[in-house]
Amino acid sequence: MTKNGLANVLSFRQLVITLTLGWLMLMVIAPHALVIMTSFMTPDSEHLAVWPLTLQGYQKVLQPIYFDVFFHSLWLSAIATVVCLIIGYPFAYILAKQPPWARAVMLVLMMVPFWTNSLIRTYAIKLILGKKGVINSVLVGTGIVDQPITMLYTEFAVIVGLVYVLLPFMVLPLMASFEKLSADLTEASKDLGANALQRFVHVVLPLTAPGIIAGCLIVFLPAMGMFYVADLLGGAKNLLLGNVIKNQFLVVRDWPFGSAFSITLIVMMAAMLWLYVIANRFVQRQGGLDDENL
Amino acid sequence: MRIFKIFLVALVFIYLYAPIVVLVVNSFNQSKYGYKWTGFSWKWYEKLLANDTLLTAFSHSVTIAFLAATAAALIGTLMALAIYRYRFRLKQAASSALFVVMMSPDIVLAITFLVLFVALGIQLGFWTLLLAHITFCLPFVVITVYAQLKGFDNHLIEAAQDLGAGEWLTFRTVLLPLLLPSVMASWLLSFTLSLDDVIISSFVTGPDYDVLPIRVFSMVKVGVSPEVNVLATLLLAISVISLIIFSLLVRRKVT
Repeated sequence: MTKNGLANVLSFRQLVITLTLGWLMLMVIAPHALVIMTSFMTPDSEHLAVWPLTLQGYQKVLQPIYFDVFFHSLWLSAIATVVCLIIGYPFAYILAKQPPWARAVMLVLMMVPFWTNSLIRTYAIKLILGKKGVINSVLVGTGIVDQPITMLYTEFAVIVGLVYVLLPFMVLPLMASFEKLSADLTEASKDLGANALQRFVHVVLPLTAPGIIAGCLIVFLPAMGMFYVADLLGGAKNLLLGNVIKNQFLVVRDWPFGSAFSITLIVMMAAMLWLYVIANRFVQRQGGLDDENL
Repeated sequence: MRIFKIFLVALVFIYLYAPIVVLVVNSFNQSKYGYKWTGFSWKWYEKLLANDTLLTAFSHSVTIAFLAATAAALIGTLMALAIYRYRFRLKQAASSALFVVMMSPDIVLAITFLVLFVALGIQLGFWTLLLAHITFCLPFVVITVYAQLKGFDNHLIEAAQDLGAGEWLTFRTVLLPLLLPSVMASWLLSFTLSLDDVIISSFVTGPDYDVLPIRVFSMVKVGVSPEVNVLATLLLAISVISLIIFSLLVRRKVT
C-alpha cells in the first residue's frame, strides 16, 4: 500500500512537472529563441531565412520609412492607452464599489461583445463611422451638418477601434487594485484633514499605481499589433507595427526583418515590464499593498 | 456625483454595445448596405445558410474554441497545481514563461508560433491552430486556478493523504471538485479569448483549415457583407444561451 502510494506520488508529481516544463519549453521558450535567431539571419526567398548571421534586419528597422511607421504606431497606441485610462479609471472605480452581484453582472456585460469576434466588431465600427454610416446619417438627417463628416480612414477611427477592443483590458487590472484599496486609508487621511483632491493625489493615486501601469501595459503593447483595426479603419496611411510585421511575414516573406521588428517590440515590452516591477516595489515600500506575482 | 456615475457607466455600455446593436439590427435589414432600415427580412439568414465556406469557417472557429478551452482548462489546472504544490528546478522559469505569454502582444506570440511550426515542418492547419490557442489561454487558467489554490485549506489534502490517498487520487477526489468553480470560470475565459482571436489565428492556420477571422477579413476588407452581420448575431445568440445555461448549472451547484 505505502509502496504503491509512493510510486503514485512520483508518477503523478513527475507527470505534472514534466507537462508544465515540457509545454512551456516547446511552445514558449523554444519559439522565442527561434525568433531571436531568425532576426539575425539572412533573408532567402526559398528557405525564408538562411545563414550567415547578419545585422541587416535590424539595420532595416532603422530605415526612415519603417522608423516613421514605428513612431506613428507608438503615437496611435499611446493615445488609445490614455483614452482607455481616462474612461477606464473612473469606470473601474464605480465597478469596484458595487455590491458583488452588480459587479458580476457588469463584468459579464463587458465580456459579451467579445463573443462576436473582435474583427467583426471592428467591421461594425466601420458601419457606424462611414460616410453614409449611422452617425453621419443621423447628423445629416437632423440637419446638424450639411456634409457628412469624414471619420473613417483617419487616426480618429483607428483610436476609436483600438479603445473599443482594448477597454475591458484596462478596466480589469484597475478594478483589482481598487478592490485592494482599503477604505481605512482614505478614511484616515480624511480624519487627518486631507481634502478630496489631496486624498486622491496622495493616497488613491499612488496605491492604484500598479493597476494603472498594468492596465496601460496590457492596452499599449497589444495596440501596436492590431493590424486588422488599422486595415479596416485606418486606410493606407495609419499603419500599425502589426501591419508591418504581418506584411513581412505573410506577404514579402522577409522573415529576418519581420523578426527584428518583433524583437524591437519585445525589448520595448521588457523595458516597460521592468519599470512596472520597479513601480510595484516602490508602492510596496510605501507600505500600502501586499501584491504578489502569479 | 451620482448622476455623473450613471452617465459614465451608461456611456461605456453604449460604446461597447452600439456596434453590436448595429450588427444585429442589420442582420434583419432588407438593405444590403445597412445605412438605412428598408424593412424586415430573413434573406441574409438564407444567404448565410447557402454560404458553405463561411459556415465551415464558423464551425471550425467554434470547434477550436471549445477544444482549446477544454484542453487549456485541464493543462492549466495541472500547471497551477505543479506551481503551487511542488518544488522543482526551473519553477521560476516556468512562472516567468507564463507571465511572458500573458503580457506579450498577440502579434509577437503569433510570429513565435509561426516560426516554430515552420522550423519543425508541421503543416499549418487544425493542429497548429489548436496548440497555439491552448498556449495563449494557459496563463489565464493558471492565475485563476492558482488564486483559488492559495485560499485552499491544506488540511484537506493532508487528511486525504493520511487516509492513504496518493497524489493522483487526492487531486481527482479532493482538489478537482473543490477547484471546479475556478476551472469552469477559466474555461469560459479561454473560450472567449479563443473565439475573439484574430491575430494569432491569421498566422498559424493554413488553407485547409479556414477559420472565421480569415474568411471574414477577406469579405469585409472592401465593402460590406450582410452575411457577416447574421453570423455575428448567431454567435452572440449561441454564446448568450450557453452563458445562461452555464450560470443556471452553477447556481444549482451552489444552492
